[in-house]
Amino acid sequence: MEKTKKKAKNSWSKNDKIFLGILIPILVLFFCFNTLPLIRGFYYGLTNFRGYGDYDFVGLRNFQDLFSDVRVGKSYMFTFKYAIVMTIVVNLISLILALGLNRSIRGKNVLRGIYFVPNILGGLVVGYIFSFIFTYILPTIGEMTGIGFLQNSMLASTKTAWIAIVIVGAWQGIAMNTIIYISGLQTVPEEVYEACMLDGASGWKKFSKITFPLIMPFVTINLVLCMKNALMVFDQIMSLTNGGPAQSTESISYLIYNNGMDGGQFGFQSANAFVFFIVIVIISFLQMKFLGGKEEQL
Amino acid sequence: MEEKTTVVTEKKVPETLPYVKPKKTHGAVGSKAVNRIITVLLVLGCLTIFFPLYMTVIIAFKQPSEMTNDVAGALALPESWSLDNFAEAMRVTDFWHSLGNSFLLTGVTVVICILLHSLAGYLIGRKMNRHKIFKASYYYVVSGMFVPFAVLMMPLVKQTAQLGIANRFGVIVLYVVFFMPMNIMLYAGYLKNIPTALEEAACVDGASAWQTYWRVIFPNMKPMHATVAVLTAMSTWNDVMTPLVIMSGTDQNTLPLAQLNFQTQFGTNYNLAFASYLLALLPILIFYIICQKQIINGVVNGAVK
Repeated sequence: MEKTKKKAKNSWSKNDKIFLGILIPILVLFFCFNTLPLIRGFYYGLTNFRGYGDYDFVGLRNFQDLFSDVRVGKSYMFTFKYAIVMTIVVNLISLILALGLNRSIRGKNVLRGIYFVPNILGGLVVGYIFSFIFTYILPTIGEMTGIGFLQNSMLASTKTAWIAIVIVGAWQGIAMNTIIYISGLQTVPEEVYEACMLDGASGWKKFSKITFPLIMPFVTINLVLCMKNALMVFDQIMSLTNGGPAQSTESISYLIYNNGMDGGQFGFQSANAFVFFIVIVIISFLQMKFLGGKEEQL
Repeated sequence: MEEKTTVVTEKKVPETLPYVKPKKTHGAVGSKAVNRIITVLLVLGCLTIFFPLYMTVIIAFKQPSEMTNDVAGALALPESWSLDNFAEAMRVTDFWHSLGNSFLLTGVTVVICILLHSLAGYLIGRKMNRHKIFKASYYYVVSGMFVPFAVLMMPLVKQTAQLGIANRFGVIVLYVVFFMPMNIMLYAGYLKNIPTALEEAACVDGASAWQTYWRVIFPNMKPMHATVAVLTAMSTWNDVMTPLVIMSGTDQNTLPLAQLNFQTQFGTNYNLAFASYLLALLPILIFYIICQKQIINGVVNGAVK
């Protein structure tokens, strides 16, 4: 960056003051609706507030109870299981798709356009549409063909409901990641592949030794994005399962919404939300630390 | 047939490529044949995208009596393409009202975001290396990206209620604040492409800082405005959680929220429900067909930058 400006570091010109003057109200707005609620959330977490009426301070009891609460534990298990499976499934499929869509094929732009469609649709409505597929279409196909596991709705069993949510999440998530992988593949110069050909590397070897390391920054972006979105899953839960069956698909966001807003656990879920925030921060930092160092520069 | 992919040619080829053992080359196996297979596979893959959409359209046009118990019956073309379901769905979900709200929230949010966030991005981006306080502001705001809405949801519901803005206005305020970290990062990053000489020239011509910004810098950030508009509009249009918790006291709906709130009224009339879902998906589908390129560019820029 522009190092030359450093010499005037501590002198405040009139211009600087104007800039700061305009910036401060914007920062205040940001503080009021981002930082302040975060602090207030922590404060509510220290109380037994039910969302209405009087409340008392209970210290850190909510935070202690979080770790022994079965329902909270289950929601963390579900959310992590979902996020990890989603990240793997989505990135594998979208990388394969992107490799295909990056070849010289007929109607490339049309195909790319079509594969991106799921991303622009709202998760809630998509969830409702898939809900019909899971409850009616798939079981009828199961009966017709005699395939046992299809005959009951995936959404009705605690064993399969989460898979249904992964399918819907992946249907939408793949669209986004594919496009990012394609733009990554386009940054690899043709010469590299030509050099590759001369060395006789092709197929898997070319991909694993050349292409993949070169698009590593895009892999990082996709892993982080996908994981982040998956950890916050909410719309699909609302439309597909409402957390059921037997609370087996309650994500953390859904639990906070459901029990905090209506269930009279305002204080307790505030504590949960704050812990969730800490978890997100830790995961983000870990991801950046692990993945950031593995990038290959051209 | 041979489509050229856009290749960044400025980049240097690395001096040392990872050594790969020479192997029997497959030679120039007719690349056309290989690509045809890939094309076919990709076209088949499209079916997974078309099937749910096809099903939605088909069911939306059918009458409940046509929904027989086998898959073929449910997925066959309707006997007549009647718009009755749509008219009924519009009436039940108060469609025009919800659509209006969605447009209002998205439109106002996008405009404010572009005006305010570009300004903030400029203020921070230009002075970041001069004064620590600007740099600190940058990291303060951008770190807000780590805060999911679910975390702030409950305190925000209380706060908006206390301030008397638990309505559409409040939702817009929340959106403007919520997208601020991302957008400021994008704008501040883009600003590096705009030379300071432009402002200095304007300054020499006697323009004030305020004028310089709106007349010189703001128009120059046009490509980033497009990216920000696309990203903000898509997230706002499809968002359910914010209006769900903030506007629950009012009888206002957005398009997705209406689907949630009228779920019980659809009952087992799937034809009515799917007509409503299709109506909810149509605006953004049309928008996508018209400005597909801008949308894809916007999404990629937003993610990669």
